Amino acid sequence: MSLAKRIIPCLDCDNGRVVKGVKFVDIRDAGDPVEISKRYCDQGADEITFLDITASSGERSTTIHTVEAIASQVFIPLTVGGGIRKLQDIRNMLNAGADKVGINTSAVLNPEFVREASDRFGSQCIVVAIDTKCVSKPGEPKRWEIFTHGGRNPTGLEAIAWARKMVDYGAGEILLTSMDRDGTRSGFDLELNRAISEAVTVPVIASGGVGNLQDLVDGILIGKADAVLAASIFHFGQFTIPQAKQYMRERGIEMR
Amino acid sequence: MTHVAVIDYGMGNLHSVAKAIEHAGQQAAVPLQVSVTSDPEILRSADRLVFPGVGAMRDCMAEIRRLCIDEILREQVKLKPVLAICVGMQALLQRSEENGGVPCIGLFAGQVKRFADHQLDHAGAELKVPHMGWNRVRQTRAHPLWASIPDNDYFYFVHSYYAAPDAPNEIAGLSEYPTPFCAALTHKNVFAVQFHPEKSQRNGLQLYRNFLSWDGQA
Repeated sequence: MSLAKRIIPCLDCDNGRVVKGVKFVDIRDAGDPVEISKRYCDQGADEITFLDITASSGERSTTIHTVEAIASQVFIPLTVGGGIRKLQDIRNMLNAGADKVGINTSAVLNPEFVREASDRFGSQCIVVAIDTKCVSKPGEPKRWEIFTHGGRNPTGLEAIAWARKMVDYGAGEILLTSMDRDGTRSGFDLELNRAISEAVTVPVIASGGVGNLQDLVDGILIGKADAVLAASIFHFGQFTIPQAKQYMRERGIEMR
Repeated sequence: MTHVAVIDYGMGNLHSVAKAIEHAGQQAAVPLQVSVTSDPEILRSADRLVFPGVGAMRDCMAEIRRLCIDEILREQVKLKPVLAICVGMQALLQRSEENGGVPCIGLFAGQVKRFADHQLDHAGAELKVPHMGWNRVRQTRAHPLWASIPDNDYFYFVHSYYAAPDAPNEIAGLSEYPTPFCAALTHKNVFAVQFHPEKSQRNGLQLYRNFLSWDGQA
């Protein structure tokens, strides 16, 4: 008996609705976040991640109401990311019922924010989200760079060193997204995942690129992830959470 | 009407604890009032107390002492059922090694220790700290709070420290990471858990339902 690996369905939400696009184009409406969260929870999802992709900060109150509504019906851990810039943003999300917050761009702009946040709220609720792309040329040793703003802005930061630094600053978990794979359904970047997971002492959540159930297995057995995050394969009925868990269990992975 | 007071000392997410208790009360059709408070009079008049906690022990104990929660708990555990959760459980021991060593409330003899870094699981993979996620809990003694919860089933944990009580007969449940550690502790009116029932879906809600009907005797 040991700690089970986790399946985390991810809800990308725009102004109160779950949406999912391929590389942020062709965005499809996938439904009401409260109903979807409740369904995943009932099916045995291990956590829910809610990413607020609403562009305007004026809609932030919608997000708080949605998080409150999810938290009053869903009794598994809830992570909320998107637009977390100040300690007060974290306080608001925790008060609304989130258990953890995801910090991405703000960590790059001001790494001290991660330290302040984990000192104040505890590292268990600080998830640093890392969006990264492979920037090495074929034949060179692999190098991944951190990008912000949906993969548009390079930062010059190397991903493995950055992940280590974020853990030193108090990140309790790393949500690792391969921008090369996100939305492609071609599987996680396993080499990236393994490199980061072996470099840090905290759990790593693999994200970006899940197309089938074997991708989830590979993320854990080859990519050494502690949890796997996916959206499309669950939202549009391709697979259910129990199917995914059964498949993973049959391949020797401990699942709840 | 049962009045449950969730003790608020400014640390952690009390919303989810209160919501889960309300939900459990509805499921069990128990008329319920849930307060989230540090008011000594309300804590003294409530029928049941829930003592949650998240965060660093030094800050938690500073607030607990400032608000005299330690005094109130010492007196109230003799009178009514108390459920302690996570850092709330840890605060009931004598001392934690977190933050270079912090004296705690001392209702249970024993220490709070940190998981060692770089431990390996049965397959040889390195175990991460914090211990975060769903792990099995083996019920090491019968207790009303385990009613209708399958033995060896999953609860949600997130912590780097764990309670190591001196008296083995006070342990009510064990988990492994990778060696056994205390996941539940009980003595008379107190039941304390390292996991988060409010995040443990079906099993967690059942534990809250059991707490709402518990008369406080093991």
